[in-house]
Amino acid sequence: MTPSTVLFWGLGVAQALLLLAMLLAAWRMIRGPRAQDRILGLDTLYLNAMLLILVQGMRSGVGLYFEAALIIGMLGFTATVALAKFLMRGEVIE
Amino acid sequence: MTALIELPLWAAWLVVALALCGGLLALTGSIGLVVLKRFYERVHAPTLGATLGMSLIVLASMVFWSLSEGRFALRDLLIGVFLTVTTPVTLILLARAAAYRDRIEGDAQVPPE
Repeated sequence: MTPSTVLFWGLGVAQALLLLAMLLAAWRMIRGPRAQDRILGLDTLYLNAMLLILVQGMRSGVGLYFEAALIIGMLGFTATVALAKFLMRGEVIE
Repeated sequence: MTALIELPLWAAWLVVALALCGGLLALTGSIGLVVLKRFYERVHAPTLGATLGMSLIVLASMVFWSLSEGRFALRDLLIGVFLTVTTPVTLILLARAAAYRDRIEGDAQVPPE
């Protein structure tokens, strides 16, 4: 087994695990039952997507995926905070 | 089809082992999100992937890029530090919003303020 074969298949399996995790989080986001469950599902979904993109960057050897993962992490944090604030007050900016 | 960048064999196995452990932890967190019954139990589950799973995958990425570029590549630490700071903040805000909503509806299982 050459190192590149190990990387390709091993990181592929890790990506499959993360994809499954994303599907489970999406199931929680669609099923609910309440708004806070959906927001929690969305939070988990974007986090797993960010990890998937990091692993894809290693698998393909392209460094640009790091920027995409960083942006998803930052925007996801803002989105979850805004949604939690909306649940609490009924509006985001008072 | 193979990965583009050549690493020594031990480094490839190390990176793959770290990434697999991280992926398994993230999957465990998501399974908990689906299986657990109440919201206040569910809110704990994804933190498994958000803390340890995320750190392991970031560590794998740091090892990979450091070895393939031949110098310390610490930029992935940015994601690690940022997520470590923000995950508790988001989940505390979300849990407090949920407790507020449950109190308004008169749920007896939520402790009073």
